[in-house]
Amino acid sequence: MRDFAKEILEVLEENARATPGEIATLLGRSEEEVSGEIKGLEESGVIRKYMTMINWEKIDDGYVYAIVELKVSLHRDKGYDAIAERIARFSEVQSVRLISGDHDISFTVRGKSMKDVAFFVTEKIATLKGVESTCTHFVLKSYKEHGVILYDRAQPKRLVVTA
Amino acid sequence: MTDGEIGEKKNKKKLTMAKPGLWRPEAHLSTTVRDMPPSGIRKFFDIVVEMEDVISLGVGEPDFPTPWHIREACIYSLEGGQTSYTSNKGLPELREVLAESVEEDLALDYDPEEEILITTGVSEAVDLAFRATLNPGDEVIVPQPCYVAYVPDVLLAGGVPRPVATRLSEEFKLRPEDLAGEITERTKALVLSYPNNPTGAVMTREDLEEIADLVVENDLLVVSDEVYDKLTYDGKHASFAQLEGMQERTVLLNGLSKSSAMTGWRIGYALGDPAIIGAMTKVHQYTMLCAPTMAQVAAIEAVRRGEGEVMAMKREYDRRRRLFVSELERLGLPCFEPKGAFYAFPSIQGTGLTSEEFAEELLKEERVAAVPGNAFGESGEGFIRCSYATSKEEILEAIDRIERFLANLEARGRSGKGIKKV
Repeated sequence: MRDFAKEILEVLEENARATPGEIATLLGRSEEEVSGEIKGLEESGVIRKYMTMINWEKIDDGYVYAIVELKVSLHRDKGYDAIAERIARFSEVQSVRLISGDHDISFTVRGKSMKDVAFFVTEKIATLKGVESTCTHFVLKSYKEHGVILYDRAQPKRLVVTA
Repeated sequence: MTDGEIGEKKNKKKLTMAKPGLWRPEAHLSTTVRDMPPSGIRKFFDIVVEMEDVISLGVGEPDFPTPWHIREACIYSLEGGQTSYTSNKGLPELREVLAESVEEDLALDYDPEEEILITTGVSEAVDLAFRATLNPGDEVIVPQPCYVAYVPDVLLAGGVPRPVATRLSEEFKLRPEDLAGEITERTKALVLSYPNNPTGAVMTREDLEEIADLVVENDLLVVSDEVYDKLTYDGKHASFAQLEGMQERTVLLNGLSKSSAMTGWRIGYALGDPAIIGAMTKVHQYTMLCAPTMAQVAAIEAVRRGEGEVMAMKREYDRRRRLFVSELERLGLPCFEPKGAFYAFPSIQGTGLTSEEFAEELLKEERVAAVPGNAFGESGEGFIRCSYATSKEEILEAIDRIERFLANLEARGRSGKGIKKV
């Protein structure tokens, strides 16, 4: 038997709007059990937030995204965490990651225009103590986000009745 | 070909047509094939295919596409030019990985050289098993309701199918007393197909043990179609071949269609005693030659690295199963809780309609396609097969429509019976 909590998370990851009652039916448990488990997951911070997956590109005035890579020099009193957490506080920043390879930190920014994003990076990030260099890649098109394919393609149809 | 030649051909055709009575193609049909009724599923399909906005619970295949890494492995092999025949038995590597996987799942040893045959879908394997073992007049016991091909395949092999009914009250399991009642001196083989299409029934190890004595006493061969084995929801799948001494008596048939969402690839396999597999290989080599090479390559990838997806798909089917069965209960349609495969088989006897009437009216009035139970044998009368291999949204929409359909039936006081709430 797979972990009950994992089963709930799998359903919610797919559909944040699934109610405890619906999840209970799907997993063959009682609504109370499911509610209790979800409460526990929320309190322990496993579930951080219930969100909607939006394809902003379908909206006329969509956003501009960039992936920014940073090289960072470390000081005794300032590790990666300190810089990363500082960057994470900006509301323009959507994700921040410590990475291996040529760069140290990678983050994504969302802005209204390319100018917006460029100024944000040069003014707010490049000037941070410890940041040695920045490399900004503007996103031209997204094909998949959070495991969801964003392009529309006609799905081949199954026959309606088969053995 | 020039225009002149085409014209000449047309004229020739006209000449032949002008002599009626000379050529009657029907007279040239095999009587076995001529007398064989078309699949009940097929008949129904012809009605459905014309309609729009149909929610289909009639589909006997996964609604997931084949996982990408499997498709990608096939594309890669095509790019590399792997397009020739394979050996009749199938790619050695595929037989080897299958032997390993069967060893892991069922703790059964099969020699990839002599005891495994790769077929073009399990359908071919079923056909081969009968053709390789039956002499004219040999009887084969077929527990029903079951997949539509066993009876015709037995007939095509010159055998005599002996249907035996399984019942809702017995969870659609084959009971030893029912089996005993059908065995005659001519009985040669028994078909087992669990997890079962269309009922969702399974036979546990204990259930299988109860019939094993009869199998041995009457020296029967068991043809066991286990294509839904990976989709067993409570507990572990049990194969008849796992019982003490039964491996050599069993031709175990399986494939990747249902578990790996690979129906269109047509890859199945047969496991069994070298004598029987050898005989099946003979028929296979003169008819199919080999299973499609590119599909075999994809199958290797599926067996090697597909386990994660199989499990994820199974968990999703399991949730849909619970959702669908609980909704059917709410509607008052008595339904055996399916233990495997992806079908629910609710009883519609309370409506006073036959399976075919129910399915046809449901389709015409509410555009929900389900398959009449009698397509799977006489004992399927009074039931309809609903596949829950479709999205939760579609399942709920179908349930709404069925609910409306039942309410309308009741309002019309159909046959004065209405729906009996259970």
